[in-house]
Amino acid sequence: MTDVNEKVEPAATHVDGPTPVATGGLGGQIRVQLKRLRSGDTGLVPITVGLLVLIVYFQVRNSVFLSASNLTNLSIQATIYILLGMAEIWLLLLGEIDLSVGYVAALGGVIGTILTDYQFHWAWYIALPLAVLVTTLIGVLNGILVIRLRLPSFIVTLAGFLIWQGAVIYLVDHQGTGGAVPVQEKVLYDLVGGNLTPVATWLFVLLCVAAVAYFMVRSTQRRRANGLVTVPFFLTLVKIVLLVVVGILLIVVFNANRSTFVTLRGMPFAVPIDLALLAAGTFVLAKTRTGRYIYAIGGNSEAVRRAGVSVNRYRFIAFVATGFTAGIAGLLYSSRLGGISDSIDPTLTLYSIAAAVIGGTSLFGGRGKMVHAVIGGLIIAVIYNGMALLSMSPPTVYIVTGIVLLAAVTIDSVARRGGEQLR
Amino acid sequence: MTEPTSEPPVASSETGGSEVGSSIATSLLSLRNVTKSFGAVEALRRVDLDVAPGKVTALVGDNGAGKSVLIQTIAGIFPPTSGEMYWRGEQVHVHNPRNAADLGIATVYQDLALCNNLDIVQNMYLGSELKRHGVLDEITMELETKRLLAELSVTTVQSVRQLVGSLSGGQRQSIAVARAVMHESQLVIMDEPTAALGVSQTAQVLSLVRTLSERGIAVLLISHNLNDVFSVADYIAVMHLGVLVSSGPIANYDTTSAVELITTGASAKVPSMLVRTGQEG
Repeated sequence: MTDVNEKVEPAATHVDGPTPVATGGLGGQIRVQLKRLRSGDTGLVPITVGLLVLIVYFQVRNSVFLSASNLTNLSIQATIYILLGMAEIWLLLLGEIDLSVGYVAALGGVIGTILTDYQFHWAWYIALPLAVLVTTLIGVLNGILVIRLRLPSFIVTLAGFLIWQGAVIYLVDHQGTGGAVPVQEKVLYDLVGGNLTPVATWLFVLLCVAAVAYFMVRSTQRRRANGLVTVPFFLTLVKIVLLVVVGILLIVVFNANRSTFVTLRGMPFAVPIDLALLAAGTFVLAKTRTGRYIYAIGGNSEAVRRAGVSVNRYRFIAFVATGFTAGIAGLLYSSRLGGISDSIDPTLTLYSIAAAVIGGTSLFGGRGKMVHAVIGGLIIAVIYNGMALLSMSPPTVYIVTGIVLLAAVTIDSVARRGGEQLR
Repeated sequence: MTEPTSEPPVASSETGGSEVGSSIATSLLSLRNVTKSFGAVEALRRVDLDVAPGKVTALVGDNGAGKSVLIQTIAGIFPPTSGEMYWRGEQVHVHNPRNAADLGIATVYQDLALCNNLDIVQNMYLGSELKRHGVLDEITMELETKRLLAELSVTTVQSVRQLVGSLSGGQRQSIAVARAVMHESQLVIMDEPTAALGVSQTAQVLSLVRTLSERGIAVLLISHNLNDVFSVADYIAVMHLGVLVSSGPIANYDTTSAVELITTGASAKVPSMLVRTGQEG
């Protein structure tokens, strides 16, 4: 290593001396990004480019793809993958895995659906939180088994995969409704089926864009005020402009009338729900000790233990968060399908892991973000949706999704090895 | 190299006499008669050790001489079977790592206990993160990290927001040491800090050791490398088969005598300070 020659010089500008602001300009920024890329932090750029390529491809092949109604549909399709991916990320960050998350979600969906149907007729504000509580308790149970009894999470949740699948089928088949429980509660139906009014859509998007822009600017301002290195101002500006453009596109898409006979406009409720969970998860992971320790445990749990932190406590929190998120995903799943049948897609769990990993979360723990589930979930939905538009057969869809997943894992693994070699 | 004159005999006679009391009083850390047994195996046998405040004390010895057991005893990983430990002249009992940390003893183990997936600031504050309005106070933590690294003259890192996984071995060692001294430590124990490092990185770590000492922080340094020891240490303590066979100012030793002590437990040039080695061995 030519360590000394190569690193002493920049150190003079970065560590001591009058601390510079926004060092290196664009060139420095690119170098930092390259370095991060090589050290295993691949960032969102490659995967976003991949998403755009897929979108362009499908649009070229079938012009319906980018129509307002299809894009709205896409956002609803992606929701289940996004939410389950978020549920999975809590555990993936620890280096654990949850194979049962699909059926845990389905169980939550079934409970919420049955309790609010004509037979039980519970109030939605009791039944739906109760459904989420049940899945959260399953998270608690998994946590106890893995942490207290030191069972491998792979096996515990593989057992859960079978157990909760059985439970879902049992519950569905014992309602006497012919192998499926239909959603009969308006609130539950509206989770996905309902829309914000066009005005509310405007307000919501603008509020989101303004909030993100505000936090972005404030964070760089505070760093600059304290003489710390920040991203150059124009980069922040570019990001904000992009954000505004995306926001306006979303408004245009969601507020276009997508029905021929009646007026159907506005953002589906599923989108704000996704964004709320994204914001909450991102906040916990990036801004709190809990998040910091979850990353640290995934990186080197022994180091965390020696730092005097209760490792098990934070592992437990992650298991609980997974159960909670899965419950919400289940309610939206049931809402979207209009009910839950006894033949739920068994690949749901695998897609949740795929969404997280395609987005850039590492299976080895310690690396990942909530937003990865959003991008990964969108990619899976785009493949599904686009290939359906092209009338491709399910086998082809499976194969293509598999290849995309393999590519994503390869990138993850290669990046990780690159990071270790740099040490 | 200073010719060992009449000093070593004087030093050795001190250990038995009333001088012991005063050496406990002037030392930062003193061990007296510390023995550690694992079942029938005596890993440490009646070890007396003084660590002077603000000085670098090198602990040397062959594999299996008991160096690691000794530092782990001091760090509270396993308490001694018998014997006393004094901290600033007062007898103390260290039962677990927390006790040691509370006294101001920080240990940097060979594996460094860093999280490669976190950046330097995050590693420095792991377990003691600062908060502001309920959320992590990244700015203060970053400023403090930069200040501390600058104080310790750790200048080779490009950015404190670099992932620790991307640092070189010497830089990682520096970060681990910086983290150890962040919490007002009086004594930093370093286990083979230069073992896996190249020439320039070794120099980097050794200069950090000197910096600590200049800042009044005592360092207890385990090393196999006598070059490192003679370039950085103020005092040396030699272990052989669980016995601390000789200790004193580095000037009283040279490489030959140190090697003799390490390999045989005795040296013609430096009379063994412990008469009891012969008596009880």
